[in-house]
Amino acid sequence: MVEANLSGPREAVDEPHEADHPHDSGIAHFGADKPLKLDAGVELTPFQIAYKTYGTLNADRSNVVLVCHALTGDQHVANLHPVTKKSGWWETLVGPGKPIDTERYFVICPNVVGACMGTTGPASINPATGKPWGLEFPVITIRDMVRAQAMLLDHLGIETLFSVAGGSMGGMQVLQWAASYPQRVFSALPIACATRHSAQNIAFHEVGRQAIMADPEWRGGRYRLEGTNPRRGLAVARMGAHITYLSDAALHRKFGRKFQDRENPTFSFDADFEVESYLRHQGFSFVERFDANSYLYLTRAMDYFDLAADSGGVLANAFKATQTRFCVISFTSDWLFPTSESRAIVHALNAASARVSFAEIVTDKGHDAFLLEEPEMFGIVRGFLDGAGKSRGLTGKTS
Amino acid sequence: MSNLNLANIARTPGGARIDLVMVAEMVERGVKVLDVGCGDGELLRLLGESRGVDGRGIELSREGVNECVAKGLAVIQGDADTDLADYPDDAFDYVILSQTLQATRHPRVVLEHMLRIGRHAIVSFPNFGHWQVRMQLLFAGHMPRTDILPYSWYDTPNIHHCTIKDFRLLCSEIGVKMEKAVALNAWGSPLRLNAPWWFWNLFGEQAVFLLSRKG
Repeated sequence: MVEANLSGPREAVDEPHEADHPHDSGIAHFGADKPLKLDAGVELTPFQIAYKTYGTLNADRSNVVLVCHALTGDQHVANLHPVTKKSGWWETLVGPGKPIDTERYFVICPNVVGACMGTTGPASINPATGKPWGLEFPVITIRDMVRAQAMLLDHLGIETLFSVAGGSMGGMQVLQWAASYPQRVFSALPIACATRHSAQNIAFHEVGRQAIMADPEWRGGRYRLEGTNPRRGLAVARMGAHITYLSDAALHRKFGRKFQDRENPTFSFDADFEVESYLRHQGFSFVERFDANSYLYLTRAMDYFDLAADSGGVLANAFKATQTRFCVISFTSDWLFPTSESRAIVHALNAASARVSFAEIVTDKGHDAFLLEEPEMFGIVRGFLDGAGKSRGLTGKTS
Repeated sequence: MSNLNLANIARTPGGARIDLVMVAEMVERGVKVLDVGCGDGELLRLLGESRGVDGRGIELSREGVNECVAKGLAVIQGDADTDLADYPDDAFDYVILSQTLQATRHPRVVLEHMLRIGRHAIVSFPNFGHWQVRMQLLFAGHMPRTDILPYSWYDTPNIHHCTIKDFRLLCSEIGVKMEKAVALNAWGSPLRLNAPWWFWNLFGEQAVFLLSRKG
């Protein structure tokens, strides 16, 4: 395990935390009268959801696009991130004149339950104890996330979604939306995802979790109380995961065997290679914005996801008689959620006689491609939404 | 690669492919259609605009699929030989196989699936019994190459050529009802309806059949 140079400057633990006081986001509070019923058999109450909106809601509230974020994403889809000061994670796709056009659609992106950017999660204060939840936070599932999002839409007075879009864990939420609330979803864009997490993916997640839990500063998840922070563990988890988001070809193209700021190897365990230096940077910058316990909870939610198992073992039953139109997208070099997974979604949708489009995009950028500049994906998303918009009577701009 | 050279296929003055117009005219309005091997989506677009159908497509080439989806058509990447099995019985009113039958590995199985999935099937194909094809084999002694079938024998996607007569025999063998048939000459004009089958088989460059299940 890489230990050298992974302990950066430590944050003061008592400074205002995004988990409870998100900058610049809408907050919906759900009191004791509106508990979130969890698959684990318990209720989460009270809880809050932090969300961002973009664009203008039209008069008949028919132009709503729900964007679901991935494992380490958040609600800041198309604005400057309050912590990293970087542009939004899907600004390539969402914005004025973009494929998910905020001049036509009203885009909502909520932070998922269990995350750490303002929606209730393990870093939030448990009102029963006045202390951070830590591992006392109940285990949540993708279905719980979606259930909470449905409560948010009720709270906002929005009955139906023109579209639900998301990649990776976001795509799992899209599929769960279509399965749980078919009558509320007019169109769905599950990108680079699967209807169940594979054994290999569960294995990768377990390595990440073990890295966090092996960090002595994790303290059984009570690090916020004890004034520590499992930065190294979380950084290693991120480094490992980051490799799975890329591809052999992309790593080779970007880094090859190039040395970092030196001509010759140092014959030490310094970050001699550019790829090492890059990964360490990825790990480091991640811990500045993400909570280690949230990482445990969200990876677990993905592991538990299995849409077919929830439908009596037959995936097609999850989409029985659906009227939702689907556009499934995969990427050739994505080995985390390979095209075969998307094809399984398409086969199930065909068996349910659903209206489905499916495109595989050629790229060497791996799983991360869904977040990157992929003009072919943009054209497909735009064409799909335009077509769906025509059927829905959404043609003009709202803003 | 397209199964046919589409640059040389007969078109209407408006630019639409005559074979596709023939297919579209066999489809009732407002029905549910699956176009197997839908290419760049020209037929699906035509059906949507002229017949108001709810159209879906399957296409083997990734470029074709992505072009269709970007046009807003419901098209998936898939293979007629393997992926039709996933569709439930009676999922569609019409299943169309346009200029693709000869490129499938198991034409008979594909045809059977089409009539399981749909109430009707429409099949169009280049007629290998056309006199130009026969002449080339007879006098030049090489595998025929025509304006719409320009490929050499070793790199053609068309691996199961048939004649109009062959296709009719297959239909009767698997118990399919022929509801309508049209043969087009090289200029895209339909041959006389009351002409005998041997005449169609000799002078039809392409044929379009509307089929349904017997009984």
